[in-house]
Amino acid sequence: MFFRKKKYIKLEPKETREIKKELWQKCPECGKLIYEGKLKENFKICPYCGNHFRFKTNEWLSLLIDNKFEEYDANLISGDPLDFKAVKSYTEKIKEEIKSTGLKEALTYGLAKINTFDVILSILDSSFIMGSMGSVVGEKFVRGCEKAIEKKIPFISICGGGGGARMYEGMFSLMQMVKTSQVVGKLKENNILYISILTDPTMGGIAASFAFLGDIIIAEPKALIGFAGPRVIEQTIKQKLPHGFQKSEFLYKHGMIDEIISRDKLKEKIIKILSIFYQ
Amino acid sequence: MEKIKELEFEKSLTKFTSAIERLENQQKSTQKDNRLPITKLQQELKEKTKEIYSNITPWQIVQIARHPQRPHTMDYINTIMEDFYELHGDRIHSDDPAIVAGIGKFNSRTIVFVGHQKGKNIEENIAINFGMAHPEGYRKALRVMKLAEKFKFPVITFIDTPGAYPHIQAEERNQALAIAQNLYEMAFLKTPIISIVIGEGGSGGALGIGVSDKILMLEYSIYSVISPEGCASILWKDQKAVEQASQALKLTASDLLKLGLIDVIIPEPLGAAHRNPSEAIKIVGSYIQKHIELLSTIPISEIVNTRYKKYRNIGLVLSEETEE
Repeated sequence: MFFRKKKYIKLEPKETREIKKELWQKCPECGKLIYEGKLKENFKICPYCGNHFRFKTNEWLSLLIDNKFEEYDANLISGDPLDFKAVKSYTEKIKEEIKSTGLKEALTYGLAKINTFDVILSILDSSFIMGSMGSVVGEKFVRGCEKAIEKKIPFISICGGGGGARMYEGMFSLMQMVKTSQVVGKLKENNILYISILTDPTMGGIAASFAFLGDIIIAEPKALIGFAGPRVIEQTIKQKLPHGFQKSEFLYKHGMIDEIISRDKLKEKIIKILSIFYQ
Repeated sequence: MEKIKELEFEKSLTKFTSAIERLENQQKSTQKDNRLPITKLQQELKEKTKEIYSNITPWQIVQIARHPQRPHTMDYINTIMEDFYELHGDRIHSDDPAIVAGIGKFNSRTIVFVGHQKGKNIEENIAINFGMAHPEGYRKALRVMKLAEKFKFPVITFIDTPGAYPHIQAEERNQALAIAQNLYEMAFLKTPIISIVIGEGGSGGALGIGVSDKILMLEYSIYSVISPEGCASILWKDQKAVEQASQALKLTASDLLKLGLIDVIIPEPLGAAHRNPSEAIKIVGSYIQKHIELLSTIPISEIVNTRYKKYRNIGLVLSEETEE
């Protein structure tokens, strides 16, 4: 007679301590718990592994700006050119996003003072429909560049656009890639410096248009940056991707970006670059 | 002639085509005169095809656009060009067969062509990667278009791809930049550019050779920011929602013309290009001729300015005051 040895499933003990969501944050990279206040103090960089938590528009502004930011075209909002109907309509989706983010669209731009320098600063916030590009994002980016040309000042773009071209606006979104790429040609014609700062995540149609066309391209550490999404690539090649694939360090190694700069050093680096170009 | 692979919604045509085939074979082997019933059946087949095609859904158009027997870029080149010389390689890394490029004579005018190349069967498709280009494909395209600019030869681009290739090596060589660079350079290219979507216009991979003065689409081709399958799985969380996704994305030629995003629809023969490739190629040739002639009368500075303005103005933007 045979007795089958009974198999036991090993259970991990449950986390006993109740984590108060508003006080503690778990780092998605190293899994350690970080006190929210400490995280904020530290530019939202994990003190244990250096992972950069995603920054929101207002956080970028307070990080970089010296007492002046004059926002332009703050009232622009998306229409629904396709009358897009899915499980949720585009109009509903936009309403929800406006409510949850406090932003009107994913991109904010305006005249900013960084140290002594006037610049046009554009911020693409990945919390608004993944920072995807529809008509408004395209239009505001272009107007930002045009403003920089008009004022003859540098153009700085901070980019967190994981959603690529926004599918709710169909081909209107795809064509924004042309619109935002060609305006970079106008910056060139007018000798306007364009610094492109890539943050987590910058993918698809955003990466394949204005994001990679900067005169200088800087990335935050460990940011996911690339064309095709990692899951799509995995499905295509039917194997796991190597660790660190499409991360800033990978891009740096392959010569795609100038430098990786951690957030606490970003402002001084920008000032250094501006000083070299303009003083 | 190779047998036409009928799509699911075309299956009701099979009984006519096989009956015609049977009668033709019988006529050949027994000398029996079947001409009358054959003509009658052909007429019925035509009516039935018209019926199916007059009531077609966007998802069915997606399937037609991807039909393996549709003419592909090299079928057009081989037929409409009197003489052509294919160019190879990006001069840096390799030659990407998913994008073909070259120069040739078309109605005694020198033109440059660039196009995604799809295959007719699995073997061909594996060899050319289903028309999905690597960065070197886009860089080859750009190099050849720059050559066109040097001699002011018009550029014709044929769009037919599921998208740019999602692969480790493609990312290592900066697929995103390869496409961005083409958008940037094509916007200012000092020679006329005409793009024709002949089958599948798959997102950024299509756009990477698609910036142009005139965008033409074949009647049953598609052009979309994402595949209906991708859209269905993201927004409906259901692969089977492709019908709704195809509808919602407005990816057909007639939708895109209504939205003002393309310039011209090129009509296809009855029952679409896969039923009559030679006729489809002929029609496309005549449209290319017409649009090259139209553009050739305009000074190049004006062409480039108009191109810039066209893309500058695409998009629907509202301001909050007008909403309230």
